[in-house]
Amino acid sequence: MATRETPKHDALVAELKNRFGAKILDVDRSFDDCTVIVDKASIHDVLAFLKNERRFNLLLDIAGVDCMNLPKFRERFEVVYMLYSIPDVVRVRIEVPVSELDLDIPTATDLWKSANWGEREAFEMFGFNFVGHPCLKRLLTHHEFVGHPLRKDYPLMGGQWCATTSDMTEELNEPR
Amino acid sequence: MGVKDTGFVGFETKNETGLITTRLDEIVRWGRKNSLWPLPFGTACCAIEFMGVVSSKFDISRFGAELVRFSPRQSDMILVAGTINYKLAPVLKKIYDQIAEPKYVISMGACACSGGFYDNYATVQGIDQIIPVDVFIPGCPPRPEAILHAVMKLQERIDKEPVPKRGVHRRHEVVEKLRDT
Repeated sequence: MATRETPKHDALVAELKNRFGAKILDVDRSFDDCTVIVDKASIHDVLAFLKNERRFNLLLDIAGVDCMNLPKFRERFEVVYMLYSIPDVVRVRIEVPVSELDLDIPTATDLWKSANWGEREAFEMFGFNFVGHPCLKRLLTHHEFVGHPLRKDYPLMGGQWCATTSDMTEELNEPR
Repeated sequence: MGVKDTGFVGFETKNETGLITTRLDEIVRWGRKNSLWPLPFGTACCAIEFMGVVSSKFDISRFGAELVRFSPRQSDMILVAGTINYKLAPVLKKIYDQIAEPKYVISMGACACSGGFYDNYATVQGIDQIIPVDVFIPGCPPRPEAILHAVMKLQERIDKEPVPKRGVHRRHEVVEKLRDT
């Protein structure tokens, strides 16, 4: 079954494949969604292309996936960008496989301001290092927290007692 | 004309002179239990239920606990309503420490009492691991009647507690206790 977004997805996928070639590792069109799996080396180029030339002006979310123990996966982790274009009414999901041995990934904060907290959350939950992020520190967990709780090898009930309170001086002094 | 009971515990009045005679302990306790100003430490849906208790239908002011204060320095009772996570735990402890004595704690709802259905990296498994709790209210969320019941239970407890001595007498008591240990 096709939706109103399907022809837009078709055009977008053809364009991305034409422009980035082998850097587009795979495309998943199940459930009428459009998921483009991109090589890490050119993720920033793909995101910049979508933002600047294809009007994807809204970054809805940045998520992480731990693929440990899954039957089929490319790398241990995945970073997932959920993009939406308000003028074109189309959404697309960009997935980037990230190796456990090299957690560096370029930041998207220069493209969307909303990437700031999304990347901080993905950093604290999975341990990705977003290179170029202005203030890459823990967002939801306590600053004394050790480890990355959404990794599958983190203990399920691994609460950690933290003693101090903290303020947000660093965030307030951030250039905007 | 004999001694006439006024209806309050420990209060006795004589004749129609308008004078009331009582013991100091009794009147201090009576004042404390009927003016429990709550600090609502609301972090989740239990706080919504607490709003119902404060409002006209259930009306916690019938028990003298209607003056909701958002400053720990003005309140007598902290009502922890909602999930407390490990990031919030030091904040709760700090606020509890800021309340002047005598202070009381009501733990409202499954999350505050035991962590509720959250047992993960984030949620404290009961606020009694951080601060001393006087009354636990089970429920998810508890009914307003349960909160009123908890206030009444706390009042009963205050009615029985010894009023601490003041000034030099209290200092003697503390020094003696320290000497014993």
